[in-house]
Amino acid sequence: MITFWVLAPLMVIAALGLLFARKAVHAALCLAVVMISLAMLYAAQDATFLFAVQIIVYTGAIMMLFLFVLMLVGVESREAVVEAIKGQRIAAAVVGLAFGATATLAIGQTVSAAVVGLDDANQYGNIHGLAELLFSDYVVAFQFTAALMIVAVLGAMVLAHREILVKPKTQYERAEERIKAFGDAGSHPGVGATPGVYARHNAVDMPALLPDGTPLEESVSAVIRNRQQDLPTRGRHDVEATLSQINDEDLGGLAAPQLGASDGSGEQEDA
Amino acid sequence: MTAYITLSMILFSIGAVGVLVRRNAIIVFMCVELMLNSTNLAFVSFARQHGNLDGQTAAFFVMVVAAAEVVIGLAIIVSIYRARRSTNVDEANLLKA
Repeated sequence: MITFWVLAPLMVIAALGLLFARKAVHAALCLAVVMISLAMLYAAQDATFLFAVQIIVYTGAIMMLFLFVLMLVGVESREAVVEAIKGQRIAAAVVGLAFGATATLAIGQTVSAAVVGLDDANQYGNIHGLAELLFSDYVVAFQFTAALMIVAVLGAMVLAHREILVKPKTQYERAEERIKAFGDAGSHPGVGATPGVYARHNAVDMPALLPDGTPLEESVSAVIRNRQQDLPTRGRHDVEATLSQINDEDLGGLAAPQLGASDGSGEQEDA
Repeated sequence: MTAYITLSMILFSIGAVGVLVRRNAIIVFMCVELMLNSTNLAFVSFARQHGNLDGQTAAFFVMVVAAAEVVIGLAIIVSIYRARRSTNVDEANLLKA
């Protein structure tokens, strides 16, 4: 009984940790503590086979599966703090307390028969006794679990499987497409312009400048272009400031290109 | 004996409250596992009280079913996460009218 009184408070605290943990990883660790303590309680109650299975299956396999999924889904993902239903947490706590109190009282009143103990049932060993039951009285249920396992494996495979709907293009096909686009629309088949490198900026989010001073938006990766709506103006603003400085200093009559809303055709006259 | 069953009931209640309160689908799932484990403890305790191994067999079957359930449940969570980028149970309301 000493095992029980040492482990029981630990288990309750760990189970409460499951309720209050902010991060899912901490909750998983709390659950692992509960499961290992449960295994020890099984051992204390003459269930040696279940003691081993609890550690191998639950803490070994199932908790690892939980941790794998946590890694896939994002360890740092936080929970929403907003309550979807108003007062749900308090109501749940009240209902849970009421349920726990009722069940504990009911069982305290009904469980009064003397403890027989498993010495008789375990006389040939716990595993022997379990096997005898499993392959005589429960053999049909045992065979159904085999079917259940197969269905579960197939279901997991179907759910986790991602179908590739379109065949990915090979390098040869993509090169062919580029040359075809060059022949049809005259688009440049080679490597595009790289993003800008300036005195104050050296980053992939700065567009390159065309000879007339207008930023080339295609030089920035499409991902960044879609994410930062103000990107070209930002780059243009910076370059504009630099160019106006050059204009102010008037470097030996060298006219700097003007930046503006023009589409680049009128720049030649200005220069 | 009563102490074991009481502990089992306490763990079951904590698991039930967790299912109701938590919003992260994975933690909700862990709470379900806690409830299954607590019933296993009750099975094992009753097996010792009655002096036969039927309770332990039942606990064994619960473990088998729990393992299958975890595999399917986590696969569902992963596929929902792929589609919606979230494991919040409140956001999975596509079937709502």
